Amino acid sequence: MNETFIPVAYLAASAAFILALKWLSSVPTAMRGVIVGCIGMTLAIGGTLLSPEIVTYQNIGIALVLGTIIGVPMALMPMTAVPQRTALSHAFGALAAALVGGAEYSLRYSSVDRFTMFALVIEVLLGSLTFSASLMAFGKLQEILPQRPITYKGQNFVNLGVLAVAMLLGAGLVMNPANTILFPIMVILAFTFGIMLIVPIGGADMPTVIALLNSYAGLSAAAMGFALDNKLLIIAGSLDGASGLILSIIMCKAMNRSFANVLFGAFGQVQTGPAGKVDAKPVKSATNEEAASILANASLVVIIPGYGMAVAQAQHKVRELHDTLTKKGVKVVFAIHPVAGRMPGHMNVLLAEADVPYDKLLEMEEANGELPEADVALVIGANDVTNPAARHDTNSPVYGMPIIDVDKAHVVMVIKRSMNPGFAGIDNELYTMDKTLMLFGDAKAVVTELVKEVAAAE
Amino acid sequence: MTHAPDLLSSLYVFLLATFVGLEVIKRVSPLLHTPLMSLTNAISAISIVGALIITGKAETPLSTMLGMAAVTASMINVTGGYLITFRMIKMFKRKGAAK
Repeated sequence: MNETFIPVAYLAASAAFILALKWLSSVPTAMRGVIVGCIGMTLAIGGTLLSPEIVTYQNIGIALVLGTIIGVPMALMPMTAVPQRTALSHAFGALAAALVGGAEYSLRYSSVDRFTMFALVIEVLLGSLTFSASLMAFGKLQEILPQRPITYKGQNFVNLGVLAVAMLLGAGLVMNPANTILFPIMVILAFTFGIMLIVPIGGADMPTVIALLNSYAGLSAAAMGFALDNKLLIIAGSLDGASGLILSIIMCKAMNRSFANVLFGAFGQVQTGPAGKVDAKPVKSATNEEAASILANASLVVIIPGYGMAVAQAQHKVRELHDTLTKKGVKVVFAIHPVAGRMPGHMNVLLAEADVPYDKLLEMEEANGELPEADVALVIGANDVTNPAARHDTNSPVYGMPIIDVDKAHVVMVIKRSMNPGFAGIDNELYTMDKTLMLFGDAKAVVTELVKEVAAAE
Repeated sequence: MTHAPDLLSSLYVFLLATFVGLEVIKRVSPLLHTPLMSLTNAISAISIVGALIITGKAETPLSTMLGMAAVTASMINVTGGYLITFRMIKMFKRKGAAK
């Protein structure tokens, strides 16, 4: 009976996963998507547990309980920690694939056919490098490791060399799977490559890199499906692979850069050349009262949030500002750049957490249609995605990147801790424009003051 | 296991699933890109299927140990991934529904 139930359960699980992603496409059906995805996973795990191949359940039980004990707190982290959490979960996914690959190899190296060995090599290579790369990304996002890119001469040459050697060893294993000594060396090299790959990646590139690691983790699961001849694994893995790929393409387009440039370009080093330098023009700063009275008398305010809002945990105060202004009859919308924050959709999740209605969150194109009409563009902790140099300064590293046209609003207000440049390490000419008012201070503190002043303003 | 798995049909499945994935995910609103990533991450924890079999077969101490670690790692993503996606989706409210 189990022989018929298991394939049926797997088939149903595959359908459930596809439906889950389909329903996730818009907010009203998204919850249905999560539930059907959950049902799919339950079917897959339940079906597998009935498999006649399983002779003992004790170890499985221990591992399932342990995984649940660690997994649940990881899901209860605050939303500001979501980029780190995501990097960590990519690491776990990749680790699982690499471990299963290693276990399969240890059991089957004497009798494995070439094709299966090829799939195992891909699974273990991708799994190991994604594991270490995701841990590195986690370290950078959690600020355990320095966020600035670290580069040295010949870095790309060394990195690709390590990967090439790992792949050569993999090829050697496919030719002769019994050559067991190659396997651990290949794993170590792939692991090392993963670390070295992330060393030159800066904070601004994290959204792309996280999406790419998402893709790799999925592909390693798909490779496992090839090795185990399991279609469910292939389907679920390639869905994940496709998703990561699409997200990283969207992120690359939003920065006007190529994959190769993101991975090997070490964006975000401090610029030493003349490129992007703005003459030391004076900036105008304003007091919170002045800013609040302009805001209270506006009819349309566009808020542009960035990573700075997440760092200052200012999203709840920003929602209060939205509420206070709305009560005064001011229309407030949010303009979300695709790469604002440290992962795709980061700002949307933070603002949704703070109870900002999601129909107030505009995509870049839509927001740019509104900005010429806006009385105030309020920039909170965003920098490079608002730099007008992207439109006209061919020497600027951000040139060609689609930006939010903040400079087209009547008045621009920028909340910023200091005049330090953003992650691209370049000056932003927005700050020296005549219509720009700088509000210096911690985003949360400044917005708190603004809320008070706006409420008091007549 | 000495016979080669059915390579060709696996490749067909991979090809079709990838195209279905690309089509379906292209339509996901940028609003939901973070939940999308946590949900696909939970779905790709399907590696647990391979890990469960390896652990349950208990052929050698090494394979059982690796399998157990893999089950643990995948289970973290299964519970954590679905739960956090659920939490995120619950936060998205329309105007008027807030508070």
